This record gives sequence, structure tokens and C-alpha cells, in this order.
Amino acid sequence: MAHPVLLPPRHYLNDGYGVKSWLLTRDHKRIALLYLAGVTFFFFIGGAFAVLIRLELATPAGDLVSDDTYNKLFTMHGVMMVFFFLIPGIPAVLGNFLVPLMIGARDLAFPKVNLASWYIFIIGATFTMYSVVTGGLDTGWTFYTPFSTVSSTSAVVPAAIGIFITGFSSILTGLNFIVTIHKLRAPGLTWFRLPLFIWSHYAASLIMVLGTPVIAITIVMVAADRIFSFGIFDPSRGGDPVLFQHLFWFYSHPAVYIMILPAMGVISELIAAFCRKQVFGYTFVAFSSLGIAVLGFLVWGHHMFVAGQSVYAALIFSVLSFLVAIPSAVKVFNWTATMYKGSIAWETPMLYAIGFIGLFTIGGLTGLFLAAVGLDVHVTDTYFIVAHFHYIMVGGTIMAYLGGLHYWWPKISGRIYNEMLAKVSAAMIFFGFNLTFFPQFILGYLGMPRRYHAYPPEFQVLNVLSSAGASILGVGYLIPMAYLAWSLRYGRIVGANHWGAVGLEWTTTSPPPTENFAEPPVVTWDAYDYPTQVEGHVA
Amino acid sequence: MLPDTMHAPGGHQAVLAHHFDDLEQQKDAATFGMWVFLVTEVLFFGGLFCAYSIYRAWYPEAFAAASHSLDIVLGAVNTAALITSSLTMALAVHASQTGQRRQLMIFLVLTMLLGTLFLGIKAVEYAQKFTEHHVPGPSFHFEDETLSAHAQMFFSLYFVMTGLHALHMVIGLGIMTWMLVWAWNGTITAEYASPIEISGLYWHFVDIVWIFLFPLLYLIGRHA
Repeated sequence: MAHPVLLPPRHYLNDGYGVKSWLLTRDHKRIALLYLAGVTFFFFIGGAFAVLIRLELATPAGDLVSDDTYNKLFTMHGVMMVFFFLIPGIPAVLGNFLVPLMIGARDLAFPKVNLASWYIFIIGATFTMYSVVTGGLDTGWTFYTPFSTVSSTSAVVPAAIGIFITGFSSILTGLNFIVTIHKLRAPGLTWFRLPLFIWSHYAASLIMVLGTPVIAITIVMVAADRIFSFGIFDPSRGGDPVLFQHLFWFYSHPAVYIMILPAMGVISELIAAFCRKQVFGYTFVAFSSLGIAVLGFLVWGHHMFVAGQSVYAALIFSVLSFLVAIPSAVKVFNWTATMYKGSIAWETPMLYAIGFIGLFTIGGLTGLFLAAVGLDVHVTDTYFIVAHFHYIMVGGTIMAYLGGLHYWWPKISGRIYNEMLAKVSAAMIFFGFNLTFFPQFILGYLGMPRRYHAYPPEFQVLNVLSSAGASILGVGYLIPMAYLAWSLRYGRIVGANHWGAVGLEWTTTSPPPTENFAEPPVVTWDAYDYPTQVEGHVA
Repeated sequence: MLPDTMHAPGGHQAVLAHHFDDLEQQKDAATFGMWVFLVTEVLFFGGLFCAYSIYRAWYPEAFAAASHSLDIVLGAVNTAALITSSLTMALAVHASQTGQRRQLMIFLVLTMLLGTLFLGIKAVEYAQKFTEHHVPGPSFHFEDETLSAHAQMFFSLYFVMTGLHALHMVIGLGIMTWMLVWAWNGTITAEYASPIEISGLYWHFVDIVWIFLFPLLYLIGRHA
């Protein structure tokens, strides 16, 4: 390049320096980065527990940690990853950064509430971390009663309080997105001109707002039982532990869609940008997000096929669970159709997007196995289910999270990372992930139960493969940490639109100014208006 | 002492946040945000109503007997106090929209007094339950031994439901105090009345929760 590109003189990162300018900021972009720091920290805490789990399972004997310690390891791995990484991950980091930019707004509707949500998140995490360092938690991330209310001697109360508090950060983020998307769209940006990222965040926000209060009240009841020995879920006083499971899964199943819907939104953006095409069947993809959100609320009973549920209830939950496959498949088919005859650019974010489609498809199809009552009974509480949900959450959500982070990194930082390293680590993550979790499908089908620290010797080969994969996966996650951090200072400075993509976020400078746009944008085109808008752009 | 009409010291710019185009958009967003928040509240209390319905259907006799031990007069007085407070709240909203500052402050104070009366009576009721050993836990005692376990379930739900409702009342009183300050220092004007309006939405919601709690806990099944 003849003339080096320079950063814009004024942008959100140099609009004030010092700790105070960050901790008291109301800029959604800075709050997104605060969240990025938070969720990255908790991701590595949760990851450390996973390392210990896979080390223990490298040999059949329970020789590295005791059974009690192992119970705590998988519980705290689950709690950290689910509540402090996967649920806030994409919405609170990428969503926070991009929702106002993509709709041409100056900020979210309630900037102070947005900042408060980050503090609530950190306070909740502090409570949960307190439980982690003062003896840990051994109930499983599902907190099943009456074990959690009566029997467990571990630090249930601080962990539960932490999750209760963090729930409100999720509610406030969802509320902020819903109001922002309704009220702050740029002139001309009608609902069906919105990027699919916005549709999927809108759908996920609905779940955050409707589902999270239910887990909150459920935790209140658990706390009342545990602290004041109330007995709402205590069978000796007429309480029903299965009622807890109903209430828990009423949130915690849709919570999976809080993780995966924003991920799907990211993938729609990536596929369109790197195929240089309009997303095939835009309206179907948009409505499939809402379809998943609605159906997602009606399938919680499939977690309780063996919990003494009536056979008729099980049948209905089974059918409804199969129905979720329809909007999910609509997305996968439409992404594939978008790629068909597209001019595909094999940049790092696109590698993640393609990885997502493959892993999500495997995760989704094995979900159908589990929706079938007869088969589910066979594989309940085995490694099959562990593999299935890791394909959705890790293979799906984390792939999209990393893909999105790489795609919008030039927008966030104004700089580009090392492409070579990025491609290598993307490949390592894909390979390491499959090596970790594919053997677990087989283990589960052969009958290896989850949540035990020892297992029969015939399962060792597959477990060693899985542990080996996990070590590759772990390194794959560490490399982006390093080169993304490095790029913040030393990365090549890139222009406003590094990828030559369309979308309002690419029309402003990189990094954007605090008020996002120099001139308030007016939209006269549809989303992904590729052939016309990037004519002549050389990537 | 106070002027009867409201004025904003800094004009409109003082209350219009930088990311909104105009006051109307800001008001729309704030009102919509409060409605979405109230939806989350419905789901929050919904979990309890769900648990209540199931256990009530399973243990109707124990629930009726336990319900008998609640003081219906105190419950009825409290219901009347809350409904009246919703009236004074509605009048406060009206006063804010028409720019009558003194009336706004009077109605806010009345709303707070009625809310405090409610909480005071609630405290008396809790104290009664405490002395009667009706608080669930190791020292729980119910007159009819055969119904004791399930009556304890009723009281568990009673304390969680009314306790959370009372907590919402306390938060409501905090919001009303804040609004009173804003009314007093002139932040609230006829053009910028939306803080009072959305606080009113919250207050009415908390009131409505009680309108459901009162019959469920005090009335249904008393004479079964």
C-alpha cells in the first residue's frame, strides 16, 4: 500500500484515558470491552476446570482427584462456562458493541442500565467465585433438589446468589436490546432491512427477558429451602423435587437458545460478507430466529424423560423438540444456499463460520436422537449427551463467538491480527474440538455415564483421544488470546471497512467515534446489498 | 412557598439524553422499557404462582386450614390501603402531566404513607405468625398435627410470596422518594413527566400482584 492507513484522530478508545473513564463509561462500545475482559477471564477459569477433568479421565482409575473433588470440578466448569461465559458471551460483547452500530443509533436506549448490567454481572460472578474458592460447589450446574437444598455440604448458597444476581444483568441486557431495536433504528431502517444479527439478538433478548426471571425465582425458592429450611422442594414435607426440574429447565433449556441464537446471527453476517451475496431467504432466516425462540420455550420436558414424567407429557415434549429442528434447519440450508455460487473468501472469520455449520449440524442432528424418547432413555446421563451439548455450545456458540470477534476486530480495534496465526488456530480449534468430543458420542452410546471420575478400562482409548483433543483445543484457544492482544498495539492499522462488507457498522470509522456516526445515517437499501454496494472493491 | 407551576432550570436540554433525537422518543423508550421490565416481573412472580397452584391442588385441606390462621381483617385493610395508593399514584401522574407541582408532591407523599401503612401492617402480621410458630423450619408448629407438613408448605409459599411483594414495596418507596426529590427540585415538568409515569406503572404493578395474592392466600378455601 502506498500510503499507510492512519487511525482516525478521534475515536471511542482515545475519548478519555484512565481507569475512571472506563469504569464509569456509558459508551456501549467500551462496556462491550469491559464485558470482553470479564467473559474472557471466566472462560479461562472454566477452561482450567476442564483441563483437570480431562487429565483425570486420561486413565480409568480415579487417581488424580478424589470423587468429591471431581464432582466439584465438573460443577464449577459448567457453572462458569454456562452462566459467566456462554450466556453473556456473544450478546454482551458483540451484541453490545454492534447493535447500536448496526441500526445507526448513537447508543443503546439505556446507557446507564447497560453499565449497571456489567457491574451486576461482576458482583454475581464475585459471589460465585467466592463459592469456588471456599470449598467449591458439587451439585452439578443444574442444582437439582433435594441434593442442593438438603444434602450437599458444599457452598451452594453463595453460588446460587451469584447466579441469581447475574441473571439480572442478562435481563437488563435483553431489555436494553429490545427497546433499542424498537425505538432507535435509523430513518429508513425498517424491520425487514435489519441485519440478521439484529433479528437473532432480538429473539435471544425475548428469551432473556421471559426466561431469566423464572430461574431467578427458582433460585429464591432453593435459597429459602436451604437458608430458612422452608421445604418447597422437600419431599418429606410434601414438596416436589420434580417441580424444581420443571422450573429450572423452563429457563435453562431456552438458555441454550440465548447462547446459540446470537451465534446464528453472527454466522449470517459472516456468510454474507465472505460470499459477497445477499443471505438466501432473508425473511425465512429472520423468522426462524423468532420460531426458535418461541418453540424453545415449549420443549423443556425433554430434559425429564426419565424423571417420572407421564408418558403423554413425554410424547408431546418429544414432538415439540423435533419441531425445533425445522427453524434450525432453515438456517443451515439457507446459509449453504448463500454459499452456493458465492465468491467465497477464505478469511479467518469464514473458517469459523464454516466450522460452525459443520459442528452445529452434528450437534443438531444428535439432538434429534435425544428428542426421541426411546433412544433418550438409553443415552440419558451418558457421554452422548455431554458430546451433544458441547457440539451445540462449544462447537456452535464459541466458534461463532471467535468468528465474530475476528470479523469485527478491525472495527473494534482499528487494527488487524496476524492472519497466518489466526488461520492456524482456527484449524486447531476445529480439529481439537472434534477429537475431544466426537469420541464422547461413541463412549456414551457404549454406556459410559457422565459425572464419574473413574471408568472401566475398555473405555480408555476413546478417553485418551478425547483428552488429547482437549489439549489441542486448549492451545487453540490460547493462541488467539495472544495475537489479538498483540494486535491491539502492533497490528497493522486498517481502514473503515477492512473486509469490504456492507452494513452500517462498516460505514463509520474504525474504531468508531464515541457517538458512532459523524452524520446520522439514513438507510435506503436492504440488508446485504452486496452486488451493488461493493462494486469495484478489492479485498 | 413553592410555586404552583413547574419549570425546568436548564430547559429541555437538561433532561434529553444525548442519544435520543427528541423528548418524545426518549419518553417512548422509557415507557416501553418499563413495560418490558414488568413483563419480566410477571414471569418472576409467575414461578411462585405456578408452585402455589400445584401444591394447592395437591393439598387443598391443609391450605384451607393454614389460610384460616391468617388475619383476614388486616389483609383486607392492607388491600384497601394499596388500592387507595394506586388512586393517589394515578392522581400524582395526572398532576405531573398538567404541571401542578404542589399537588404532585402531595399525592406522592400520600402514596408513600399508604405504602408505609401496608408494610407496617404486614410486619404486625409477620410478628403474629412468628409467635404462633407458623414460620416454616425446625420450630414450626401447626395446631392440626395431621396437616402440619402440608400447612408448612402453605406458609413457605406465604412468606416467599408476601416477602418478595414487600421487597417490591420497599423498592417502590425508594423510587417514590427519588421522584419526590425530582418533583421538589423542579426536574419534573409537564414536558418531562415520564419518570412519574413509569414509576406509576411500577407502583400499579406491585399493587396488582397483591390483588392476586390476597384472594389466593387469605380468601380461597376458607370455608371449604
